[in-house]
Amino acid sequence: MKRRFTVDRFIVQRMGISLIALAAILTVLPIIALFGYIIAKGAPAVSWQFLTAMPSNGMRAGGILPAIVGTFYLTLGTAIFSVPLGIAAAIYLAEYAKENWVTRLIRIAIINLAGIPSVVYGLFGLGLFVLFLKFGTSILSASLTLSIMTLPVIISAAEEALRAVPQSFRTVSISLGGTRWQTIRKIVLPQALPGIMTGVILGLERAAGETAPILFTGAAFFLPKLPGSPLDATMALPYHLFVISTQVPEMPLQIQYGTALVLIIFVLGMNLIATIIRFRARAKRQW
Amino acid sequence: MATNKIIVENLSLQYSDGTESLRDISLQIPVNAITVLFGPAGGGKSSLLRCLNRLNDLTEVQTISGKILLDGENILDPKTDVIALRRRVGMVFARPVVLPMSIRQNLTYGLELAGEKHKSKLEEAVERSLKLAALWDEVKDRLEDPAIALSGGQQQRLCLARVLANQPEVILLDEPTSGLDPISTGKVETALQGLKKNFTIILVPHSVQQAARAADYAAFFLQGELVEWAEGKEIFTHPKEKRTEDYVEGRFG
Repeated sequence: MKRRFTVDRFIVQRMGISLIALAAILTVLPIIALFGYIIAKGAPAVSWQFLTAMPSNGMRAGGILPAIVGTFYLTLGTAIFSVPLGIAAAIYLAEYAKENWVTRLIRIAIINLAGIPSVVYGLFGLGLFVLFLKFGTSILSASLTLSIMTLPVIISAAEEALRAVPQSFRTVSISLGGTRWQTIRKIVLPQALPGIMTGVILGLERAAGETAPILFTGAAFFLPKLPGSPLDATMALPYHLFVISTQVPEMPLQIQYGTALVLIIFVLGMNLIATIIRFRARAKRQW
Repeated sequence: MATNKIIVENLSLQYSDGTESLRDISLQIPVNAITVLFGPAGGGKSSLLRCLNRLNDLTEVQTISGKILLDGENILDPKTDVIALRRRVGMVFARPVVLPMSIRQNLTYGLELAGEKHKSKLEEAVERSLKLAALWDEVKDRLEDPAIALSGGQQQRLCLARVLANQPEVILLDEPTSGLDPISTGKVETALQGLKKNFTIILVPHSVQQAARAADYAAFFLQGELVEWAEGKEIFTHPKEKRTEDYVEGRFG
């Protein structure tokens, strides 16, 4: 009797482990499939000319240079606004703010900001930046809109990275005659920097791939030349992909997949940089 | 009786979570000597230490009353320059906390916070403080190594040297040898005996034995109360209070 019971438990355990292992494999499969499919379909289209030429023949031929440049500008613009603001907010929350209802309110706001659908950000950006502040449909408006969307990600990641720095470092620095700000600048920030960078890049990566927030605020259907100022509208990879997939008749499939591949490489490249930073920092960390 | 560096008058302290840590403490701390604060855990020794350099400012303190006079000036006064105070009153913690930088940078950190930029002065401080902490011979050839690479005992002496580099007047030590082996403990204790000629030292020991070995003066703390204080020889051989006697002889704690 007793022996059979043990065997049963053993089998149940084996089955359980197999099931969760299966679940793990199932989550990876679609990603691999998606990747393989897009590489297979899109790789033939990607060439030096595809990356560096303007579109021609109603975007049915030529390259996607303006979309690549536009996405680069938008990501840069988003970084300029969201990174300093996000890190400053995180420093305040992690290092200065007392735990009271104000900080709780700020935290709730940040969490909720992260949950808002991106198209709502787009509409908000249209109302505030494009129309009210009269920035027009421009890189500036789109970057600001993307910044608002990216801020919660950067703040949360940076706050977590700051809090991970051991409290004892702060105590020692203060006890040696440091001010709070000296302690943050000389000890806490340098130690938290890799974690902050990782969060920043992951936030920007999301911004680079978004379509809805730039739809009404800065993205153009087609422009014959590259944007010359932050107040110009711009083409961008995700929106361009949307346009050529749905709005242009007789669009060669290869160009669509080629564009998708470039967008994925752009985003995953940023992801790779974040991973490398995290990995190298972990190897060098002294605590 | 020697001159007093610090005079504590009727000091009481209560934390925000309701725990009372110090009750009406009055105590004099003589200059150029080792004063030992000893007693069972939770007696208020560390709380008193953290008042002496206002490190308690970082904690949630409900009420604090009384006076702490350092060279006659009340450091609990809200107008006190706490940054300057903490340079004058340095602290070594129970666990050696080396900052995530090189040995040299650990030592120059305090001076650089104060704005010292002259290389020769920083160099001089590194050598002087390491010699005072009896660490110079062991690390002089590898000052650029990360401080975390040192052994536990070396790290704690580095922490002591880091405090000394600031040229303080008072050194607070909160169970500095609690994590160290007997040999490292001996080195720290020897270093302290050498230091007392030039500094006022306040030590929370990690055992009664260490208290007896190190104390020029000793104060016995029990549940937030100062039971008695006297010269070290006196308190460990002829304690006046029964409670002190019981503790010293190992009947509790």
